[in-house]
Amino acid sequence: MKRTLSAIALSLACTLPAMAQTYAVTNGRVVTNTSAGIIDDGTVVVRDGDIVAVGSNVQIPEGATVIDADGGWITPGIFAPVTQLGLVEVALESSTNDSGADDSPYSVALDVADSFNPAGMHIPTTRVEGITRAALVPSTGHNIFGGRGALIDTSGDADSVFDTGSFVFADLSQSGASTAGGSRAAAWTFLEAAFGDTRFYPGRYAAHPEGDALHRYDAAALVDVVRGRMPLMVEVDRAADIRRALRFQAENQPVQLIIHGGAEAWMVADELAAANVPVLIDPIANLPGSFDRIGSTLENAARLHEAGVTVAYTTQTADGYWNARLLPQHAGNAVANGVPWDIAFRSITLTPAEIYGVGARYGALAAGYAGDVVVWNGDPLEVMSAPTHVLIDGEETDMETRQTRLRDRYMDITDDTPYAYRR
Amino acid sequence: MIFDTWKTTAALASVLVLSACSNGGGDTTGTDSASGDDGETTIVRHENDPYPSTYVPRPSTPTLIRGATVFDGIGGRIENGDVLMVDGRIAAVGTGLEAPEGATVIDGAGRFVTPGVIDIHSHLGVYPSPGVSAHSDGNEATQPVTSEVWVEHSVWPQDPGFEAALAGGITTLHILPGSANLFGGRGITLRNVSGRTVQEMKFPDAPYTLKMACGENPARVYGNRGRSPATDMGNMAGYRAAWQRASDYRDRWHEYWEDAEAGEDVSAPTRDIELDTLMGVLDGDILVHMHCYRSDQMAQIIDMSNEFDYQVSVFHHAVESYKIPDILAEANACSAVWADWGGFKMEAYDSIRENLPLLHANGACAMIHSDDAFNIQRLNQEVAKALADGQAAGLDISEAEAWSWLSSNPARGLGIDDQTGSLVEGLRGDVVLWSGNPFSTYTRADQVWIDGSLRYDRSNESLQPVRDFMVGQPGEGDQ
Repeated sequence: MKRTLSAIALSLACTLPAMAQTYAVTNGRVVTNTSAGIIDDGTVVVRDGDIVAVGSNVQIPEGATVIDADGGWITPGIFAPVTQLGLVEVALESSTNDSGADDSPYSVALDVADSFNPAGMHIPTTRVEGITRAALVPSTGHNIFGGRGALIDTSGDADSVFDTGSFVFADLSQSGASTAGGSRAAAWTFLEAAFGDTRFYPGRYAAHPEGDALHRYDAAALVDVVRGRMPLMVEVDRAADIRRALRFQAENQPVQLIIHGGAEAWMVADELAAANVPVLIDPIANLPGSFDRIGSTLENAARLHEAGVTVAYTTQTADGYWNARLLPQHAGNAVANGVPWDIAFRSITLTPAEIYGVGARYGALAAGYAGDVVVWNGDPLEVMSAPTHVLIDGEETDMETRQTRLRDRYMDITDDTPYAYRR
Repeated sequence: MIFDTWKTTAALASVLVLSACSNGGGDTTGTDSASGDDGETTIVRHENDPYPSTYVPRPSTPTLIRGATVFDGIGGRIENGDVLMVDGRIAAVGTGLEAPEGATVIDGAGRFVTPGVIDIHSHLGVYPSPGVSAHSDGNEATQPVTSEVWVEHSVWPQDPGFEAALAGGITTLHILPGSANLFGGRGITLRNVSGRTVQEMKFPDAPYTLKMACGENPARVYGNRGRSPATDMGNMAGYRAAWQRASDYRDRWHEYWEDAEAGEDVSAPTRDIELDTLMGVLDGDILVHMHCYRSDQMAQIIDMSNEFDYQVSVFHHAVESYKIPDILAEANACSAVWADWGGFKMEAYDSIRENLPLLHANGACAMIHSDDAFNIQRLNQEVAKALADGQAAGLDISEAEAWSWLSSNPARGLGIDDQTGSLVEGLRGDVVLWSGNPFSTYTRADQVWIDGSLRYDRSNESLQPVRDFMVGQPGEGDQ
């Protein structure tokens, strides 16, 4: 069934089980992100929400709805690894901005999924640009921890959160140092103390609910991180801070880090590769915007790739809610600056899925993967290309958004029909 | 030198404050009118260019780019085209051009040649990298009317953002004060060249501009301090009060000049640096660049410009311009817009991707702008997105037409379209040679000429400037 903006249709989609439907997406250049590579003139068959066949000689099942790619490209949906989709409607209107909680007594325990609004207007505008999955990263409040991240699809459905407690976010950059009291030493001491509290949870809290750093409730939420079952995403840019993070990981096994920011990651690329720590960077972030990021360069992505570091791309220089949709453009600029195309495309699809532990289900076109399929009228990393069809979990989604509605309303500037009656 | 005086002549009688910028120094006398030794009356006239450009084009050799696809910036496209620069100027554009003796000849096969990109909205140098508090010099947010500040006095020429923009093909850029104030101060148009001083970057004889701001920003900044303006109507009241003072001030000076030129013994009015700028607008010498998002507010600003008899040259950001292209075209006001930014505040909520192409298609003057140190590095991609979205919506706009959004239209908005912005014989040799079609993500600027002089070469480190700040720092020289 086709998803629409209408509340009635949405509620139906929510209450009924997914309708069994088979799609055959044909006549396109298929980017699989598997050992099958790129298949010219291939077909992808999706049934009951999942991909069931991919190839150049695939039988189109009887009764399948055929989507003709018309010689365009067929790819997995884009996976945006750092967004605040559904958390922010209008950034400067605090009543519409749930990205962080400055005044909450809690920190690690805050579950970003509780703030997520699947009906936010920026979700369709992101989806129609080919982004089908995203991680939600909370902003920090009164301490270095922002809370627990989650993973969503961009269907707008009530069940679009498909994974919670996906990671915990902590800021250990200059801004984290500021939050912690004014220095990097303060930030790292707070993190060490938080781990200390958590390591001895719950006994540590038998007498009273406050630990050295964390409230009892926050320590409980950090247990999976300390035990290595949930990654800790740390925001760091400066090479020295990245090295400090790697030392923290080595000293706190089995904790698993994800580096976000990473402006100077190229300067510690070999150490990152050796530690097998993935890095989330914006490949166009090339300005020394702060004394944390003096070494920023367009070469970052290529140098990290050459060193064997696992890299996924973000839209950090734009934003995470309105223009997370620009991720393919950012990846294209990585290509323009030396990253091989297939690596750059993987960095916005399968690689982020793998970083979040869901790479066996999302980010590739192969049997058994979720039916997240995007049909493009050209190379998806080209700024003049656009999706023509977006499937999520095997359902075709609406390509209409609030923005296209406004465009259509003002397409003809005439007095014939007052604009407010153009519905 | 605050004042220059000139002897009264009939020829000067019609010369207003800002029209004598290239005349240089006359006799300086101070702040009052005075009588010369010969008994003739001298008349006080303000020095309009006390911080003059010292920009000098770098030496250049005649350069012929041959066999490229050429966008001329005013809608023309030439396949297998040639562009010749001689003595810093565009000497010829066409096919089969002959190389003058001694010319550097560049094979443009497979590549594209365009006019240099002009960013009409930048804060490089005033909100530079690194963004430290000491360099936060773009908003004199101490009172809502600060027409007396000039942004050129805040520009830090060592901002590494300038050279990053050069690598993106930016040859001219307009630096504006921020939008905290109703009247933010004067803007300045710069050549994108390195200099020890901002004067070495100033675009010679470019008109001054005035930055004004609508909407949420001034009302938020001052409303939060419990003072006016706190609302949209407070904004309008603030503009109108200032324009009325400016109008009275202008009357006093014009009356003085008229009487003095008639030989009457009159004293010059007291000079007011704030009102000098507004008088320059009313006299048509300073161009108004106004930050506005909402269509209803732009319509009210246009009414106000009629009330006080001045022209709005360009609305900036203008995310709702697509709703009123007819009103904007009638007012002869341009819109400088993003391809796809919005949402950061309520007045940006109705941003759509087709704003720029819809304006163009509906006959209103439109152009791209960055307002951002990253976006300025790839304005060609921003236009590519807007063009693709317009084409997808059924608008018939060519790539060659769309290049006007990057060069000739911003040149018009800055009053320098007789100098740069298109590949027309006699104009400045501001040219970019792109590695391929500049509407592709994968294309980069290979070479950039400013006044016919090669100022950037992607394959030659000695032609990649490094500002002082980056010297000795990690990553020095990386792009």
